[in-house]
Amino acid sequence: MCSRFPRRAAAALVALLATAASAAELRVCADPDNMPYSDTRGLGFENRIAALVAAEMGMALRYEWMPLRRGFVRKTLGANLCDVLIGVPAGFDRVLTTRPYYRSAYVFVHRRDQPARGFDDPRLRSMRLGVQLIGNDLAATPPGLALAEHGAVENVTGFTIYGEGPAAERMVEAIEHGGLDGCLAWGPQVAYFARRADPPLEVTLLTAPAGMEAIPFTFPISMGVRKADGALRDRLDRALERRHADIEAILDSYAVPRLAGGTP
Amino acid sequence: MLAAPRFAATIAACLAGVALAAPPPDEAAGWPMAAHDYANTRFSPLSDIDTSNAKELKLAFTFSTGVVRGHEAAPIVAGGLMYVVTPYPDYVYALDLAKPGAALKWKYDPKTEASAQGVACCDVVNRGGAYADGRFFFNTLDDNTIALDAASGKELWRAHLGDIARGETITMAPLVVKGKVLVGNSGGELGVRGWLTALDAASGKVAWRAFNTGPDSEALIGEGFAPFYASDRGKDMGVSTWPPNAWKIGGGTVWGFVSYDPDLDLLYYGTANPGPWNPQQRPGANKWTSGVFARKPADGTARWFYQYSPHDLHDYDGVNEHVLVDLTIDGTPRKVLLHPDRNGYVYVMDRATGEVLSATAYVPITTSTGVDTHTGAIAWNPEKEPKAGRMVNDICPASPGGKDWQPSAWSPRTRLLYIPHQDLCQDAETYEVSYIAGTPYVGADLKMKPGPSGHRGVFTAWDPVARRAAWKVEELFPVWSGALATAGDVVFYGTMDGWFKAVDARTGSALWKFKAGSGIIGQPVSYRGPDGKQYVAVLAGIGGWAGAVVAGDLDVRDPTAAGGFANVMKDLSQHTTKGGMLYVFSLP
Repeated sequence: MCSRFPRRAAAALVALLATAASAAELRVCADPDNMPYSDTRGLGFENRIAALVAAEMGMALRYEWMPLRRGFVRKTLGANLCDVLIGVPAGFDRVLTTRPYYRSAYVFVHRRDQPARGFDDPRLRSMRLGVQLIGNDLAATPPGLALAEHGAVENVTGFTIYGEGPAAERMVEAIEHGGLDGCLAWGPQVAYFARRADPPLEVTLLTAPAGMEAIPFTFPISMGVRKADGALRDRLDRALERRHADIEAILDSYAVPRLAGGTP
Repeated sequence: MLAAPRFAATIAACLAGVALAAPPPDEAAGWPMAAHDYANTRFSPLSDIDTSNAKELKLAFTFSTGVVRGHEAAPIVAGGLMYVVTPYPDYVYALDLAKPGAALKWKYDPKTEASAQGVACCDVVNRGGAYADGRFFFNTLDDNTIALDAASGKELWRAHLGDIARGETITMAPLVVKGKVLVGNSGGELGVRGWLTALDAASGKVAWRAFNTGPDSEALIGEGFAPFYASDRGKDMGVSTWPPNAWKIGGGTVWGFVSYDPDLDLLYYGTANPGPWNPQQRPGANKWTSGVFARKPADGTARWFYQYSPHDLHDYDGVNEHVLVDLTIDGTPRKVLLHPDRNGYVYVMDRATGEVLSATAYVPITTSTGVDTHTGAIAWNPEKEPKAGRMVNDICPASPGGKDWQPSAWSPRTRLLYIPHQDLCQDAETYEVSYIAGTPYVGADLKMKPGPSGHRGVFTAWDPVARRAAWKVEELFPVWSGALATAGDVVFYGTMDGWFKAVDARTGSALWKFKAGSGIIGQPVSYRGPDGKQYVAVLAGIGGWAGAVVAGDLDVRDPTAAGGFANVMKDLSQHTTKGGMLYVFSLP
């Protein structure tokens, strides 16, 4: 028992040194398997943006991996596991957000021979469509709600966001294999898989139908830090601004559909 | 781990010759299953502790579980041992009640997968195990049912029943009936298809599995299916009452308690809410969710079904317990089941036929105006329907219902049902930006608030014949613990701020209370120890959906955390802290 105390003290000292060292470390929490955003190999566009920003800030990049599920913010920023989340909706209430560095939208993904249709098109009801299922009581994606509002439920299939591989990837595979005529999904996720499909699928930006203008189909995306970390947020804002062109290039290379209004 | 299947098979082969009789519950002395008996009464026939001496109750022994999440389990007592199942990582402890201080006899660690924690919706709870024929059965959060040798703690078999990657977990306490272990799944919010599975108690092999959505062949609905109401009759209603394919991930899980009537040879269990679709995306009654099934234990075939909340709009579920009692109603003796539902009504039903004899509000209700016992239909109030783009205030009861999982107790002496519950309403506000798994969206944010009484918790003694409360005790927080009734006419329950209370079964008058180290959401039990004395035991350890603000260190500045429950529990952390501990009491 006696030997424990020195060991503890040593551990505390190491922890202290680590804290001191971490000033030069950008600690990022990310999903270990959620392409095209992030994976442990660093192949996602958020991985690449994180590396870019860390380099710009002169900091070493360190990852803490955590599946992006219920309680993610609490278990990551909240538990001081890391300091930065690379992509959250601007104004997301749980964190302090940077200025948005891109803005994207929900999109309609379809084969070239299946033209894009508006929500008011009655033919929509006969199309076999996929939507993402949020898995939270009363929650739905904006286009999922819009389909329900327009009576298109009979041929709509839900793809749960938890499962083997991203829902967006599974929906694109279903379109490729003829199981779906199209899907309505969050642009940055689904466009990546749509471009890799053989042949590549069409991606059309969606806008809110008449009467549902209160529901946003577009979301500006920011980085997120703890609410008390205003200084870090400001440094990230400066880095995002300076590397804006590089970030645009990364987003282009992942086929992230974008709208104006995401410029820091 | 590679050797495990062969090992399990060997054990199973050794046991195959052993006849597994229905457990004759050692009712006088022990507490062999979570609800004490098949009828789910939670009534102890012991009467040493009574209304005159309960004030002398003293702590006999304690045991720290080493786990700090929500402790919802009932300690199980059989054969001179007490079995305690903890929340994740689902440890099992066996305490030797004959040894001074109830010494630890063995501990079993199922090595539950850590990733299961992130999947469970409402804390990482476990509602306990079951003892039968020298074996102890329990479930793990990562979807295993495990049989242990009750004396040694040695694993006899484990059956892997679900997939945590798809959001499926198990939190319920199994029931053992006629050599079968009955187990249901959790996770309806995440796109899980609900089922009840029967495992052969000797081998762990699946005997049958009844799904609660989908075609009749998979719901084990056949010729013997005779629901009382026309609204539950028809072919493949588990498919036709949904948009195509929606039933495949439609919820209707089974995470409450199962009861059994040996005379009618019927099992009863409630099914959970439909999911994970927004109600607008799943038009239809969404069968067989938010209702009750009566099934034959031998092959799982359904005898009848009744839907408490068709097209469940408010996450009301139907999982609350079914207490099987015999009552005289309008001069006629009836075999009934009592069911205090989340939708706010106490149902009294003929358990042979599924007829609703009465459905009476036990909390203030705004979401419906009543239940028609002739058609079985609940009359929803369209004004309280949550809809995209619309703010709806004063939805009563709130999503956890008039009562959530916390099981009630029945005393055959007082003929009262003791219901631990809450009085909460909620406002559905629209459109707060959120995101999950890289997907931004806007949701209807629920914010719960105290109900009209102003008291968040109530402990009600309900007279199911007179259809009114005999008495009520109001509590600061939702009463999230189970209830225990005894032949000494003492009723026990715990509070989230850590009081374990004994009240007079006939009047509700306070008799005794003890302050535990953490809030109580467990199921109290009573047993006769090897020394001949009556004991009362309960697990403390705050958590569960209601206690997640403390157990999960939630940020109460976010009122929508824990499905909106955080908003009404902000002050809980000022009243209790985390910590799993068994407390056992007796007279001096």
